[in-house]
Amino acid sequence: MSKSGIAIITENLRSLPRNFRDSIVRHDRPESDRSRSQAVFSNLFLHIHATRTHIRSLRPSATFGLGIASISLFIILLVTGVLLMVYYKPSIGLAYESMKDIHFVVPSGRLVRNVHRWSAHLMVIAVILHMCRVFYTASYKPPREFNWVIGMGLFIITLALSFTGYLLPWDQLAYWAITIGANIAASPRELTDAVGITQSFDPGGLSKELLLGASEVGQDALTRFYLLHVMVLPLAMGALVGVHFWRIRKDGGIGRPDINQTAAGKGVDDARSLRNLPSSPELSPTKSYGLMCVVDGKTPATDLDPVDTVPSWPYLMRAEVVIFMACVLVSIVLGMLMDAPLKELANPSVPENPAKAPWYFLGLQEMVSYSAFMGGLIIPAIVVLGLGLIPYIDREPNPPGVYFSSRGGKRVAVRSAVFGIVAAVLAVAVPVNFGWLRNWFPDISQIWIIIFNPGSLLTAAYAGWSIRTLQTTQSTRLSAIALFTCFVAGFLITTYVGMNLRGPNWDFYWSSAQWPTH
Amino acid sequence: MSGRLDGDPIPRRDFLGLAGVWTTTIALLGSLLGMIRLPKPSVLPEASRRFRLGKPEDFPPGTSKVISGQNVLVISSGSGIAAMSLVCTHLGCIVAKTEGGFSCPCHGSFFDQDGQIKAGPAPRGLRWLEVTRAVDGRLVVNAGREVDPGTYYSA
Ligand code: HEM
Ligand code: FES
Repeated sequence: MSKSGIAIITENLRSLPRNFRDSIVRHDRPESDRSRSQAVFSNLFLHIHATRTHIRSLRPSATFGLGIASISLFIILLVTGVLLMVYYKPSIGLAYESMKDIHFVVPSGRLVRNVHRWSAHLMVIAVILHMCRVFYTASYKPPREFNWVIGMGLFIITLALSFTGYLLPWDQLAYWAITIGANIAASPRELTDAVGITQSFDPGGLSKELLLGASEVGQDALTRFYLLHVMVLPLAMGALVGVHFWRIRKDGGIGRPDINQTAAGKGVDDARSLRNLPSSPELSPTKSYGLMCVVDGKTPATDLDPVDTVPSWPYLMRAEVVIFMACVLVSIVLGMLMDAPLKELANPSVPENPAKAPWYFLGLQEMVSYSAFMGGLIIPAIVVLGLGLIPYIDREPNPPGVYFSSRGGKRVAVRSAVFGIVAAVLAVAVPVNFGWLRNWFPDISQIWIIIFNPGSLLTAAYAGWSIRTLQTTQSTRLSAIALFTCFVAGFLITTYVGMNLRGPNWDFYWSSAQWPTH
Repeated sequence: MSGRLDGDPIPRRDFLGLAGVWTTTIALLGSLLGMIRLPKPSVLPEASRRFRLGKPEDFPPGTSKVISGQNVLVISSGSGIAAMSLVCTHLGCIVAKTEGGFSCPCHGSFFDQDGQIKAGPAPRGLRWLEVTRAVDGRLVVNAGREVDPGTYYSA
């Protein structure tokens, strides 16, 4: 006889926990390599990993874990940021008070605020180092060109998040940094003024107005920056990170030189075989994946032994968790040791002296102290464009994953570092010691200063150095190494100068002990 | 394709598909245009930039005085009264009076007594502002209107 309805329900209720679990997790207990791979494969969050990872990619020196560190810090920022939003009030009358409340009254508020601030700094460092790692290992080569461009987008969003976050405390530091930043946006006026067309054509004024919603930093600017900081930019970051990771997966994991010999598991083979595929029938793609179309390139090597690979669970995930926890640890320790700065309430009549931007913008501020338009807009635009185009201009088939590509590459990098440092030191030292055009020719037109200033000459010197490298070596990769290294050197030197050697009135001081006291 | 007599260059299905794609694109672009207008303020949310100074007698010739909160310096000389903005023309910091002129704390621009640029990155001199007189006889500065350097108001 069949069971009674009550018996069925009782039975179902009894097995509810198990059925509920099975409906969520559709693989066996992760006790064997097989079931763990299944887990990676069938879980939305885990499946950003391949089921197997090449052992070379797991070597610490392959990535130094910098990409994972970047995303870990971003996650920490999201969590602490949401917590700060519980009390923060984006209004010019209340913002500063609410920051004080968070700092002094809210339980754990001070720590959460400090962790948010320090992990933001760490994230900028991690992203810059990650970009250097990717560059020096030639990991932007096909098929990864576009992922490098996405990376540039992530870099810019990272800086934009820092910049917009900087205004929110509405203290002196915030107010003046954003005033300067917004006026950099308006600096095309320097050129339109010099030519005398600002009345009819004023792109500088327009971009400043769009940024601030007014002609001065005020409530509208705070509203806009808040919107960008807590909503627009994090969403854009999330979307781009998604594409970034998806493409890393589709490109067969991170680049390695021997990808051809050990093409293992699912994934696209190395670029050459992908593009110049012989049209023999046994090599053409035949297998299709589930509902998707036929896979590009060779048949995925499902029949090959997964040479030199290990299951991503546990090996890759363990490494990721270690990096994540290290980021959490460092952020919390820093947060306990050092307080995030909070100066006096913003005062539109008295600027900080010296008024310094956050450290990663100090190189830019050094450039801006020669010409706002050239240093604040044109040079950054050249740098961003130049970086973004690297993979399309350097198309030499260097194997990815090898630092400096070759012996020659290392030599070029060292020489370029020396050149870059010397040139940057000169660019700072000459105006400090001898002044610049306006000191020599008091009535000179601004146009000449826009064109010829230490910043633009430094940029030109770097470009010249890289062209010279191209001519002597006939190698675009070496020339790219020369240019990239020069810019890193210039960034480091000008940042150091801005942080440590500039005092009141942006004058040069060997140490802050020599600053005049008031 | 089939033996149609007019040898249609675009198959009907493609035509309908393309028409759909283009209609959608144009509609979306149109709404985008409408949307990107939004962040550009049509009215700037600001207090009036005109403010009253006081009677001309409060500014004896040969003196100058910073109007706190307005970032304006009032200069009084034999030829009249003038107002000069203390907002640095480089990137908007407030200049401070120093020996022989005004220095900017942010990137070291230096202006002489009349606001002319002497050194540093500022592209031009400090702005001189319009000074007028209200009906009650008191002086009014319009910080929103610039005048040529060296323009003094005398009643
Ligand atoms: C929010 C910022 C970023 C995050 C979270 C991020 C994350 C990652 C991760 C997790 C990887 C895997 C390998 C590794 O850990 O190094 C990776 C690889 C890569 N990233 Fe990023 N990244 C960011 C920014 C950038 C930037 C600024 C660039 C360059 C302009 C870039 C270009 C690349 C490229 C080309 C790869 C592939 C490298 C290879 O195949 O070896 N990424 N990224
Ligand atoms: S704002 Fe005055 S020198 Fe830059």
